Amino acid sequence: MKHSISMTVNGKEYSGEVEPRVLLVHFIRDHLGLTGTHIGCDTTQCGACTILMDGAAIKSCTVFAVQAEGAQITTIEGMASNGELHPLQEGFHEEHGLQCGFCTPGMIMTSVELLNQNPNPTEAEIRHGLEGNYCRCTGYHNIVKAVQYAASKQA
Amino acid sequence: MIPYSFDYKVADSLEEAFSLLSEAGENGALLAGGHTLIPAMKLRLSEPDTVIDISKISDLNQITKDGDILVVGALTNHATVARSGDVMTYCRSLGEAAGVIGDPQVRNKGTIGGNIAHADPASDYPGVLLSLNATVVAKSDSGSRSIAIDDFFTALFETALTEGEIITEIQIPVLGEGTGSAYIKFPNPASRYAVVGVGVVITLTDGKCTACRIGITGAADHAFRASVTEEVLLGSDLSTDDIEAACQHAAEGQELLSDLAASANYRVHLCSVMVKRAINIAVERAIG
Ligand SMILES: Cc1cc2nc3c(=O)[nH]c(=O)nc-3n(C[C@H](O)[C@H](O)[C@H](O)COP(=O)(O)OP(=O)(O)OC[C@H]3O[C@@H](n4cnc5c(N)ncnc54)[C@H](O)[C@@H]3O)c2cc1C
Ligand code: FES
Ligand code: FES
Repeated sequence: MKHSISMTVNGKEYSGEVEPRVLLVHFIRDHLGLTGTHIGCDTTQCGACTILMDGAAIKSCTVFAVQAEGAQITTIEGMASNGELHPLQEGFHEEHGLQCGFCTPGMIMTSVELLNQNPNPTEAEIRHGLEGNYCRCTGYHNIVKAVQYAASKQA
Repeated sequence: MIPYSFDYKVADSLEEAFSLLSEAGENGALLAGGHTLIPAMKLRLSEPDTVIDISKISDLNQITKDGDILVVGALTNHATVARSGDVMTYCRSLGEAAGVIGDPQVRNKGTIGGNIAHADPASDYPGVLLSLNATVVAKSDSGSRSIAIDDFFTALFETALTEGEIITEIQIPVLGEGTGSAYIKFPNPASRYAVVGVGVVITLTDGKCTACRIGITGAADHAFRASVTEEVLLGSDLSTDDIEAACQHAAEGQELLSDLAASANYRVHLCSVMVKRAINIAVERAIG
């Protein structure tokens, strides 16, 4: 049986009809057409699908869309405002924090909460905070620098 | 991957959850944080007909102090436990364990009740809760009962819960004067689950060990207490030699797991090393 759901995504109201088994990441990508949120695994490990749900970084491949009824969602598409990159996006650009870019949206969304909790993290805290996000290209070094860039820009 | 189809029901209260559970019968599954259930459904290892979402029952996600007991609601997520000031003050090792579960996103969803109900042999909470002498409160439509943590984990993925029971809270005695606690783990490098995780609670009176509980997770098919090590430590001065000698017995009487991450023999070794390290941290904290 389909359920009607509605949620706020990047400040806009969306609603839809979904089967309960539709994962939130599929709802975001296939129903809303917001394809910046990626799917990199079947085991809840890679973090490419990370979004903010009511302010908390979560893996949208491991939540059913019906569970997000009434939630406030932010995806990578909601980060820039008025054509200005978010400091984290700018950091990944300036510090060469990406190569293929597949992991980047998830890295950025996890880092949003990381910096909210801890605006001035040490290198070790950044690495620990990104444990749930895999990158197969960069070796993580410049990702850490990108987060440090954003931390100092937001300070 | 996409799970099989199922019916989704939201329970707004415990009473509603009980009736939905009995309606659903054998093929109903409770959804708390979903971070065990949904991965299993995606891989089609689990195929419930009805999923009953209990995550919105709001009075089950609070941490409160009731006299000498810290009460952690079953739906409290790992991140909340890890950041709680009360947990840090009254049962430090619990927060330590919560803070090393999985990764930040997993900690934002996974709940303490779901974690222990599932009883994964490599989960962190079972080890630390054994050391903290916790009590699990479970309710069903026929009433409420308290289960001592020593009786809770019974076998691989098995607990003392019976059908229709829902964990509502975990009660943990507040640690007293002269008592220190610690939880550390040797994580699986790929999954971050515990290859061996150790919780220790130790009390010192006039320099002697007057109480001690050690819980080990990850090593065997379910978490267990290092009873021989506890006995050897009781009454000792906790000198380096005492601790060294006691740790050799950490896995005594247990049949340990052997898998890709570690052989049973290596786990025996890890148990003694990790128990020693955890004792040293707990003793330091007991002295203050
Ligand atoms: C990538 C990843 C890494 C992880 N790493 C770790 C780790 O390092 N250490 C660790 O300990 N765990 C780890 N976990 C597991 C995580 O902590 C789970 O969230 C937790 O084990 C299950 O809790 P849940 O709330 O998500 O349960 P759910 O998935 O919602 O439910 C699991 C089971 O428990 C039952 N259940 C749930 N709540 C109750 C209740 N209140 N009463 C009775 N039954 C209930 C459900 O019926 C279901 O069968 C990891 C998970 C993932 C996806
Ligand atoms: S797609 Fe890999 S964690 Fe969600
Ligand atoms: S930049 Fe390619 S996976 Fe991270």
